[in-house]
Amino acid sequence: MANTTSNRPLSPHLQVYRLIPTMAMSILHRITGGALYVGTLLVVWWLIAAASGEHYYAWVVWFMGTWFGQLVLVGYTWVLIHHMLGGMRHLLWDVGLGFEKEFSTKLAKANLIGSIVLTVLVWAIAYIIR
Amino acid sequence: MDMRTPLAKVRGLGSAKDGTEHFWRQRLTAVSNIFLLTFFVIFLVAYAGAPYAEMVAVLHNPLVAIVCAFVVISATFHMRIGMQVIIEDYVHAEIGKIALLFLNTFFAVAVAGASLFALLKIAFVG
Repeated sequence: MANTTSNRPLSPHLQVYRLIPTMAMSILHRITGGALYVGTLLVVWWLIAAASGEHYYAWVVWFMGTWFGQLVLVGYTWVLIHHMLGGMRHLLWDVGLGFEKEFSTKLAKANLIGSIVLTVLVWAIAYIIR
Repeated sequence: MDMRTPLAKVRGLGSAKDGTEHFWRQRLTAVSNIFLLTFFVIFLVAYAGAPYAEMVAVLHNPLVAIVCAFVVISATFHMRIGMQVIIEDYVHAEIGKIALLFLNTFFAVAVAGASLFALLKIAFVG
């Protein structure tokens, strides 16, 4: 019997489409979700260190003080805020709103811009207050 | 047109046997995460790199400790079912898929367990 599954036409995948904002933010939503998943290890490290005593906790303070640690912290908050704003778009779509082409494109751009603005804002406030 | 048999309609849960449970829980934890993770972002920028005494003191506060515990529970639940979808989307070999789904749950439980232990230890012992 002939193989009926190997020669079927395939539906086009990502690379044949022009990258548009809604598509880019959809991909980014999944990537940021995955990054947050791995990022929980840092949170665990932070909490366990705080529970382990002053001597070990000093390692966390040292790491968070390095330029790389600062970069990770700012990156982590940006990823978190981006994923949260993206999630809010999903909740909006879940109730049947925001599907219009122009509006959803604006919303996708707002997702990116909003996440950057909010990240800069929270860290600016943190630096000023501290 | 409804193509489903009366028995399937009575059971009503589809082939995965849990109906809309996955979808629903993803949304439930998404909504709780909006509030809880907003708190966590503020907590993070305020206390990342804070001195030991300051960090322990704030986590000694019952309200902060309780909300942090909720953050851990809601976030790890949300990330576990989120990663489940990613695995199901990209991993097609049955054995590999099942192994990764197992590891996914183990990872989420380990993260939640370790975080909650740390939070309770600081809250009760310091």
